[in-house]
Amino acid sequence: MKRKIYMTAGYNTISLGTGRKEFHPKKPRPGIEHYIKEAGQATLKMINGAKNVDEGVVGNFMASRFVKQGHLGAFMPMIDESLRYKPSLRVEGACASGGISLISGIKSILSESADVVLSLGVEVQNSVKAIYGADVLAGAGWFQDRKDGHAYFFPGQFSNRAGVYYEKYGRDKARKAFAIWYKNAIENARLCPTAQEYDNKTDDLEKVGLTEPNPRSFTDHLNVFDCSKVSDGASAIAVLSEEGLKKVGVPKSEAVEVVGFSLKVDNLTEQPEDSTKLKTAQLAAKEALDNAGITINDVATIEVHDCFTVAGILMVEALGLAKPGEGTDFVINGNTSRKGKFPMNTTGGLIGWGHPTGGTGVHQAVTIWEQLTGKAGEAQIDIPSDRPYGMTVNMGGDDKTIVAIVYKKTS
Amino acid sequence: MNYEEKLQNITVLGAAGKMGSGILLLTAVEMADLQLKPENHSRDFALNAIDVSPAALTGLYGFLKTQVRKIAEKKVGLLRSVYKDNKDLIENGEIIDQYIDDVLKIVHTSTSIESAYDSGLIFEAIIENSDLKVKLIKQILANNNNDPWFFTNTSSVPINELDTDANINGKILGFHFYNPPAVQRLVELIVTDNTNKELIDFAHEYAKKLRKTIVPSNDKAGFIGNGHFMRDILFGIKQAESLMNEMSFTEAVYAVNKVSQDFMIRPMGIFQLMDYVGLDVCQKIMIVMKPRLNENDLQSDLIDKLNSLNVKGGQNSDGSQKAGILSYKKGRVVAVYDPEKKDYVKIDDFKDKADKMLGSLPTTHQPWKSVIGNKGKDKVLTEYFNELKGMDTLGSKLTRDYVINSKNIGLKLVADKVTDKEDHVNTVMLTGFFHAYGPINNYFS
Repeated sequence: MKRKIYMTAGYNTISLGTGRKEFHPKKPRPGIEHYIKEAGQATLKMINGAKNVDEGVVGNFMASRFVKQGHLGAFMPMIDESLRYKPSLRVEGACASGGISLISGIKSILSESADVVLSLGVEVQNSVKAIYGADVLAGAGWFQDRKDGHAYFFPGQFSNRAGVYYEKYGRDKARKAFAIWYKNAIENARLCPTAQEYDNKTDDLEKVGLTEPNPRSFTDHLNVFDCSKVSDGASAIAVLSEEGLKKVGVPKSEAVEVVGFSLKVDNLTEQPEDSTKLKTAQLAAKEALDNAGITINDVATIEVHDCFTVAGILMVEALGLAKPGEGTDFVINGNTSRKGKFPMNTTGGLIGWGHPTGGTGVHQAVTIWEQLTGKAGEAQIDIPSDRPYGMTVNMGGDDKTIVAIVYKKTS
Repeated sequence: MNYEEKLQNITVLGAAGKMGSGILLLTAVEMADLQLKPENHSRDFALNAIDVSPAALTGLYGFLKTQVRKIAEKKVGLLRSVYKDNKDLIENGEIIDQYIDDVLKIVHTSTSIESAYDSGLIFEAIIENSDLKVKLIKQILANNNNDPWFFTNTSSVPINELDTDANINGKILGFHFYNPPAVQRLVELIVTDNTNKELIDFAHEYAKKLRKTIVPSNDKAGFIGNGHFMRDILFGIKQAESLMNEMSFTEAVYAVNKVSQDFMIRPMGIFQLMDYVGLDVCQKIMIVMKPRLNENDLQSDLIDKLNSLNVKGGQNSDGSQKAGILSYKKGRVVAVYDPEKKDYVKIDDFKDKADKMLGSLPTTHQPWKSVIGNKGKDKVLTEYFNELKGMDTLGSKLTRDYVINSKNIGLKLVADKVTDKEDHVNTVMLTGFFHAYGPINNYFS
């Protein structure tokens, strides 16, 4: 890469929604500006204020419908007065909006138009009931497909993928793997105080995960535990050049280096060629790893976009960690658990930590930054010295926009 | 006449009342679902909502809108297929809005009885006054050329009496919903020897479509539900009065309410339930039952007095509880009415003292909410009542007496031939009153 790129000063608000003690569907909740402010100010504090920030970027999917708010870029000066009259924009790529926010920051650094970018991701979704939220989220697909889609459009899309996967590779094993994925997600979330499932006290998680899907009340092939929940939250992180890092006075040891990235899209108007594969994710992950000059085996921990358990399994296969149809065994055998060889989603991922759609991509980066700098608290895992890399794969829609980033430990 | 034809023009009398509005809601939804079938698109469906109060009818509109939305939200998957040919309806929100419109446009509100003259079926859900019921039925019969059927929601007046007095010739049956009709699964079905078989067949089909559980009751005033409930109330009042040597009236009411809720693991204490139903409604039901059953005890000075003081309970149009013998804040009981002082006394002033007199709950106690859905609840309850039996506290004694009395009421209903089966009594209390266990049980035998 033309310049070295770093990230530091990550921060997550809580992921608010069912499961959190603070959440009550009938009580007033913080608005989107609260989340932007909390996350933005926390990151600014860690980089010694806003004065050195050159620009801001907000990743957000559908505030225009969830909370009837557009023009999110102009919230930036609300975070800090010194951001007034600086550049700021909002970017969108469905649930990969957070990832695109990071990419936007990275590109500004590479183009030498900025040394310090405040990258945010935010979504507030509990403003509407889930049945109407499904309409909003369906905007991540092609609207022409909406009429014939499931009432819960995206769960319906991934239920279809799960159905094809069952048929091709066997239902029982797949459902077992989904249940283990769910169990890992909740167990990891219990170690992270900002996670939506932090207080989840269920004893037999695998059994809950195995709850038989009920097409009458939900989808044909997935149950509600196979799905990420409805979440409000924001995440923020600073994207910087080497000079930027010096300017803000943060030592390199407190930062991670971005050594590879990829942004890829596929045609929104077409259905996947093979429902058992996340082709775009596969290509983006490969490109990011190639850019970094490493293979997936060099990566110590990965944050994958598990909006649904089945997406988690398909991500494992897309990353090349298992052959098609064998992602199930890979997960069942414990490879992706926090004690496994490739710990994934160590603070719960989308299913355990939460999925404030536009915020998720940034949240993934924050988690990897925490893990590679030893700041993950109780959720901290070991990063082997011969594998000093972390990776994030953020997905928008049904494998239509993918942001993959590879990070390296600096010390 | 087939099921769908019969449902084309219906009237609900007392449509803005607590029961009438629920019956209206369920019927409107059922009619709309029929109309939305492709083969029925050209048919007209009309549901006349008649009530004496214009203000209540205005409130009814808001009630229906909110409730139909809730129903639509739960079945949006089905509705998406119902509206699949309408290309303008794409999102769940659009489909739900359309469905609300389609249900509401069937409903025609009116304060005039004439609206019922074209109906083939009339649901009667007015107050428990048999003279008024007879008068309205007669008036409709005299002006309606459709040979109308009458489904009465009476919870106390014998059907054969209405049949004879209004001269309906068997075109009537009792179809008694429980409150709130949209939630409670139970319908008590009361037919007489004279009831036309077509009505009975329709009643069963209609109940099935509404996913209600039918329990047949014989045609005795009060039927099974109020046969149990009114006597249960009277026992509660008597028990409270028996405590008045050792505590004040308000303390005694609080204590018995607590015994009949917490100690007995019921959803509400007996005094709260009286308020929920309405003290005026309770009074009217007893006025119907007492002479017809020839039981002089079926009357309460306390209820009469509270009614005369205009303390009546019941609910506001938003469903919140009005003050009755108890007063409420955010759904919780906060005070008890003292008829002497003509004012409410805060529970906080005496709660600790009364609780101490009752003694603690058994250690195996679980609240009603966690018992009701527990598949192993029989074991939980047996263990609980066994522990309670071994306790020598006022609370345990009152509980034992209450549970045994409740069982005796149930057995009396069978002995008096209000029902042929003990099971029916239990089903009514389980599905109509949401009790966690039937009154005819062996916990204290």
